[in-house]
Amino acid sequence: MIVSIASGKGGTGKTTVATNLAFAMGSGVQLLDCDVEEPNAHLFIRPVFEHTQTITSPVPDVDMDKCTLCGKCGEICQFKAIVVIAETVLPFEELCHGCGGCMAVCPENAITEKGRELGVLQKGHRNGIEFIHGKLRVGEAMSPPLIKEVLACIDPAQETIIDAPPGTSCPVIESMKPADFVLLVTEPTPFGLHDLKLAVGAVRILGIPCGLVINRSDLGDDKVKDYADEMNLPILMEIPFDRKIAEAYSRGEAIVDVMPEWKERFLKLHEKIKGLVN
Amino acid sequence: MKELIVISGKGGTGKTSLMGAFASLAENKILCDADVDAADLHLIVDPTVVQRTDFQSGNTAKINRQQCTECGTCRDLCRWDAISEEFVVNSISCEGCGVCVYFCPEKAIDFPVNTCGEWFISETRFGPMVHARLGIAEENSGKLVTLVRQQASLLAKEKKMDLIMTDGPPGVGCPVIASIGGASAVLVVTEPTVSGSHDMERVVELAAYFKVPAMICVNKFDLNPELTRDIEAYAARKGLPSLGRVPFDPAITRAMVQGKTIFEFDGQSEAAKAIRGIWQRLSEKLYK
Repeated sequence: MIVSIASGKGGTGKTTVATNLAFAMGSGVQLLDCDVEEPNAHLFIRPVFEHTQTITSPVPDVDMDKCTLCGKCGEICQFKAIVVIAETVLPFEELCHGCGGCMAVCPENAITEKGRELGVLQKGHRNGIEFIHGKLRVGEAMSPPLIKEVLACIDPAQETIIDAPPGTSCPVIESMKPADFVLLVTEPTPFGLHDLKLAVGAVRILGIPCGLVINRSDLGDDKVKDYADEMNLPILMEIPFDRKIAEAYSRGEAIVDVMPEWKERFLKLHEKIKGLVN
Repeated sequence: MKELIVISGKGGTGKTSLMGAFASLAENKILCDADVDAADLHLIVDPTVVQRTDFQSGNTAKINRQQCTECGTCRDLCRWDAISEEFVVNSISCEGCGVCVYFCPEKAIDFPVNTCGEWFISETRFGPMVHARLGIAEENSGKLVTLVRQQASLLAKEKKMDLIMTDGPPGVGCPVIASIGGASAVLVVTEPTVSGSHDMERVVELAAYFKVPAMICVNKFDLNPELTRDIEAYAARKGLPSLGRVPFDPAITRAMVQGKTIFEFDGQSEAAKAIRGIWQRLSEKLYK
């Protein structure tokens, strides 16, 4: 089963839920951190990384000896990533989406592809948990191809937990697409509710079943619960505000380690999800 | 004219609550929400929309089944696995590259422009505001951010305002890059957690990469005073001003629940006092 943990709003506790769920379940679990812009799960899992690989995106490499300056590459490119200016062809690698259109259209076969570095993918282990994340190079704008590489590591033989980035745009959609279930982590505040509605909208577009975890459930109001009722969204867990949890989080410690009674609760959460998927 | 962007790297550190608070304190400014993906500032400043405009950007392929001969050229060329075996385009997967449109031998693929959101000019009790809403599951957030910032700048000139205050998105990717390029300064709101500090360092690196001066402040500092000191020491090493610390104060959440800024809710709260100090130091740095 693949569970994607998302939220809309940042800082609601996605990583807390993802990492504690992984620790509670133990071996046979893989945790994929798809928040490649700001990956955090490794700070809690603290895996030993055994493998690091540079991830690239294809960009055009123009052989000017073959090029006749016909301009077809610039014509097909929707992203203004390659233009013919005077006597030369200028690729703008940072704008290139890697569609391969320029290479396919070039009548002289003057275009091949080379890789542009987007970031790294790292794999490691801790306590039998397989951990994989992507880290976007600082200054790089294009995260979806890196997220796709992380998701390509999904192993059907294991239970998969995906820690998704915040928001509702392309990187989030990528991280939800393969999931059997989306667990939305929210907080009972106006910001939490507003962004939850957006996230639910995204999940419904994809047609994946979903449920809620309400974090800091006693700091705010009842409107998230009212909304959950109205939308028929099951509330699968509530985590009250507890300074002990917040302080443990600040140090990079798992709740299930500091307060072992939570292990059962996270296992129960997983059982409930399984029940809803089947 | 100055343009200040409030960012954080990690989400949920208190960017928008601080922005709302600053909106109470600053004069002659335009508010701008560049978190077009999950905008929240409007929940505090309650804008009345004066002008609404569609945001159109990018295209999506659409196969005309009457003309399609199912030759498979489009499926062979598509790098996004966006075309099904039944020759239907999955609009969520379609990147809008147009390669299938160009090569279809039957010219059976349309390529309509996407309306992927809308942007607004509004009035608020704190002055004019420019904000936007990206459609759910849409792309091109960076372009919408750029548009919102351009409009804020035009509006500031028109209204002779000397400051644009922008609530930025989380992360370090496309929308953040679009938010900070060419700004006068960024304020990084962080928190003393291993993740807050990790993400702060990446976003500080990003600001340096784009040569935008950065300042920091630490929210909920008392959750981990030791890490707060480490964060400030990091800032000092990087030559970045630390503008102050805000304590963890439930008044911030209570203010948000009522749709108020912390100054409207309780100007004497610990958090309010701390934020006033940060604002003073911030304005000194901006206008020095």
